[in-house]
Amino acid sequence: MTAYLLKRLAIGLVTLVAASVVVFAVLEIVPGDPARLMLGMNATPDAVAALREQLGLDQPVLWRYLAWAGGLLTLDFGRSYTYSSPVIDLIAERTAVSLPLALIALLLTTAIAIPVGLFAAARRGRATDAVAMGLSQLGVAVPNFWFALLLVYVFAVWLRLVPAGGFPGWSAGAWPALKALVLPAVALALPQAAILARVTRSALLEVLGEDYIRTARAKGLPRSYVLRRHALRNALIPVLTIIGLQFAFLLAGTIIIENVFYLPGLGRLVFQAITQRDLIVVEGVVMLLVAVVVLVNLLVDLSYALVDPRLRART
Amino acid sequence: MSEQAALPGESWGAFLAKAFQSRSFLAGFALTALLVAMAAVSLVWTPYDVTKLVVADKLQPPSALHWFGTDQFGRDVFSMIMVGSRNSIAVALVAVGIGMGLGVPLGCWAAARGGWLDETLMRLNDLVFAFPALLSAIMITAIFGPGAINAIVAIGIFNIPVFARVARAGALALWPREFVLAARACGKGPFLITVEHIVPNIASMLLVQGTIQFALGILAEAGLSYVGLGAQPPAPSWGRMLFDTQTRMIAAPYLALFPGMAIVLTVLGLNLLGDGLSDTLDPKLRRQR
Repeated sequence: MTAYLLKRLAIGLVTLVAASVVVFAVLEIVPGDPARLMLGMNATPDAVAALREQLGLDQPVLWRYLAWAGGLLTLDFGRSYTYSSPVIDLIAERTAVSLPLALIALLLTTAIAIPVGLFAAARRGRATDAVAMGLSQLGVAVPNFWFALLLVYVFAVWLRLVPAGGFPGWSAGAWPALKALVLPAVALALPQAAILARVTRSALLEVLGEDYIRTARAKGLPRSYVLRRHALRNALIPVLTIIGLQFAFLLAGTIIIENVFYLPGLGRLVFQAITQRDLIVVEGVVMLLVAVVVLVNLLVDLSYALVDPRLRART
Repeated sequence: MSEQAALPGESWGAFLAKAFQSRSFLAGFALTALLVAMAAVSLVWTPYDVTKLVVADKLQPPSALHWFGTDQFGRDVFSMIMVGSRNSIAVALVAVGIGMGLGVPLGCWAAARGGWLDETLMRLNDLVFAFPALLSAIMITAIFGPGAINAIVAIGIFNIPVFARVARAGALALWPREFVLAARACGKGPFLITVEHIVPNIASMLLVQGTIQFALGILAEAGLSYVGLGAQPPAPSWGRMLFDTQTRMIAAPYLALFPGMAIVLTVLGLNLLGDGLSDTLDPKLRRQR
């Protein structure tokens, strides 16, 4: 078990290093000199050269990579050209919006999908199963930003229950802030819930054919108990895998949803940074998200061991 | 085609005949055919000219004249959706082509060679999967400039590892089979065996994956053009149409309805098509559903 986790950890670390090389290389070949862009078209060559030196752009590529990647290890993501503040501060500020949003969306996703999956699997082949799966098929096809627009129209424009967009900040109190995140979270969660419900159902159906389920039923345990205690637990591995993938997807998916609701999250930060050629911010956010994906994958691997004692015993 | 007889599978004609017995394949086929027909008709005819701005007719609700209403420039929304379908199909189709064209050879190569090459290619695959696809696509289009071509490349790159994985898994299962052994005994090399025996036998698997990636490509293109990184105006695209409606939700909510429904029906159709195909491929799964 320890060896297994160590191997996963090593793979995760190698992935991070490789990712940092890729991110750095991609942004290295970007057309446009950041120094010239910041100073405008009328700047003198001397001024551009001076700024290039100040930003460290005159250093060799390898040196700049090592300085940047070394900084990442100590959580020093560099300084933003346009905001003239440390990138880590910008990221921390925006994560306070994007992370809660992704977490609420994930919570909603599982809270909707697992019961629906259980329900459909328990009634396999009946009309209710067909309706649930038909709806989930439809849900998978809905673009989340379109669903977000519809939600804004119904709940903000028409019923006026929640604000149509913007974010008051956590300093305004938990309730107004959460209220601003409700619609975006629902919009993010619905298509993902549809996917997860389908995965849950088919994982359960796979398990329900096993002998131990028949044994559990034969010894007189009620159907719903067998479904929850025996089947769901054994079906959890594929379900957890998808939940892990979905968290990364939800965190990245906030990028588009934040544009619908004008939320000051990581997505808006990346967009502004890209248009202003503030590359160091873009690099920082992308690396952060890759790190999250790697971390979540590790956690999913770890949770396999928690869910399945057989994996724990295997060293 | 004699190689295929070695498998329990059958010819493409028989495969399709069986697929048409699946209800989801039929529904998916109908929706997809509708989409393709709409795109094809738009090449020669649309109810109105989408390049002509008729400001006097702007923001009209749906009527007998304008089925889906008109936008802020007085353009007919139904015509724009027809023309926009071309953009969606082109982007998603080429992106799938890039994914298949590079991913399938890589996956087959990994399976044929095995060892360190296989390991390296699969680790590279994992590396691509570690990048949130949407964020990376946004980064690529933003850096190299917005537009349909860059959107295609950005979506296509993330299709490569998907097809590589499917092709490798399929090929690995085939290599120990008797008909491959027989081909090797006849002196055929790994390349010839892959081209003549492996690829024809994983083609249907790849087709299923292709429809899934096609659907995801339509969604991704809509997302990119919604944030302004896809096809550039005045070329109509479904995502861009949705973005334009965002500030007119109160005056003209119907504008947001139709492009969104076009996306949903297209993706739904492709997913149903994929479901029907995979049911036909693997009847064991169908019994479970």
